[in-house]
Amino acid sequence: MIPVREALEQIRAATVGLTERAQFMEVCGTHTAAFFRSGLRGLLPLNVRLLSGPGCPVCVTPVGFVDQAVALAQQKQAIITTFGDMLRVPGSDVSLEQARATGAAVRMVYSPEDALALAEKTPAREVVFLGVGFETTAPGVAWTIKEARRKNVRNFSVLCAHKTMPQAMRALLVAGDVRIHGFICPGHVSVITGAGLFSFIPKEYKIPCVVSGFEAGDLAAAVAMLLRQRNEGRAELEIQYRRCVYMEGSAPALALLDEVFEPADVAWRGLGVIPGSGLALRAEFAAWDAERKFPGLTLPAPREPAGCRCGDVLRGVCLPPDCPLFRRRCSPTTPVGSCMVSSEGACAAWFKYGGTMDGVEDNMRNPSAGG
Amino acid sequence: MCLAIPARIVEVDGAVALVELDGIRRKINVAMVPDAVAGDYVLVHAGFAIEKWTAAQAEETYALLREMQGNPDGVTPAPETRRGA
Repeated sequence: MIPVREALEQIRAATVGLTERAQFMEVCGTHTAAFFRSGLRGLLPLNVRLLSGPGCPVCVTPVGFVDQAVALAQQKQAIITTFGDMLRVPGSDVSLEQARATGAAVRMVYSPEDALALAEKTPAREVVFLGVGFETTAPGVAWTIKEARRKNVRNFSVLCAHKTMPQAMRALLVAGDVRIHGFICPGHVSVITGAGLFSFIPKEYKIPCVVSGFEAGDLAAAVAMLLRQRNEGRAELEIQYRRCVYMEGSAPALALLDEVFEPADVAWRGLGVIPGSGLALRAEFAAWDAERKFPGLTLPAPREPAGCRCGDVLRGVCLPPDCPLFRRRCSPTTPVGSCMVSSEGACAAWFKYGGTMDGVEDNMRNPSAGG
Repeated sequence: MCLAIPARIVEVDGAVALVELDGIRRKINVAMVPDAVAGDYVLVHAGFAIEKWTAAQAEETYALLREMQGNPDGVTPAPETRRGA
């Protein structure tokens, strides 16, 4: 492990004389937040540009999912349990937080196990957990569903919107509407799946990939590694986050995922329906699948907010300040799009850290760097 | 959402373990790291341990955190020598 300062020196040395601006995408929302919070983003040279990718789970969850959760609370009197970030995502009509203000039962939990414990404590009420998140989060949800079956807890179910990373990255590359010179790949997804999950990117698309950790020193080192690959004309999969990522993943976690879930075609905000990019509960767990358990909900026609460019932000096509609503109608207190709600959303990070010092925003936007 | 932090296991009881980080203790699930024992470091995400770490691996993360806190030489006692409040 090298100190941040040393990694920054390597980055500076590697970018001297770079004729074309290097555009790297940090796929994971937790990386986006860490780049901003640590100040690292503003310290990068002008000819390195970071784009945020589709790896903020709350951001990519489509509006119809929020509508379903709200309908379960209002029409089936279910207690909705969720990680906190989902509460304020606008639905077509209302967010879960707004539904709660008018009497719906919505509770924030730290772990899916907390939701199961609540179901056991309140047997007269249906408890629905919102399954949102990538490969990092889904195994714990799988374990909880198995535990509900083992204990025969019948008033617990999961409304499943789990997604998997690689197909979304492939969809971005196939669409080809943004130029990416390297990916900073998600570290904790890789703990579960193994870094090998991303090997198709250098192999098929000749784009360098580095699996990174989450501290400033990790991220700076990952950027330096991507630049080195670029300068040496290599496109390989490298692991910066060696203290917990290997080419193979976690066998117990992968077994849980495979036992409880199967791949499904699911909709992503901004990317549309991507084949095989989601996880659905297998038929034998139908009794714990909120989708199957509560058919016939009355749902509004899904309506994305007019003017919101979350979809373009999630594909790296534009930066948050390019959206006409950013910092005007859309702010963390009155979010219009999901990327402004989640603390890991690109818009929320830009709002919080992007314009606080003169020049910082310009530095991050790199208008003079061309390309 | 993929935030995960290293914590030290204080005790294990089946799939449940008590862990400690900076003096804060809470129960987590260790079903995915079946060979974890007291004294091990684990990476914790949303109430579940997702990977086991050696003390040296955990120390790398703690060192980076200390660097960001402007305290790179680790005047804060190393986690393994710290006692929970």
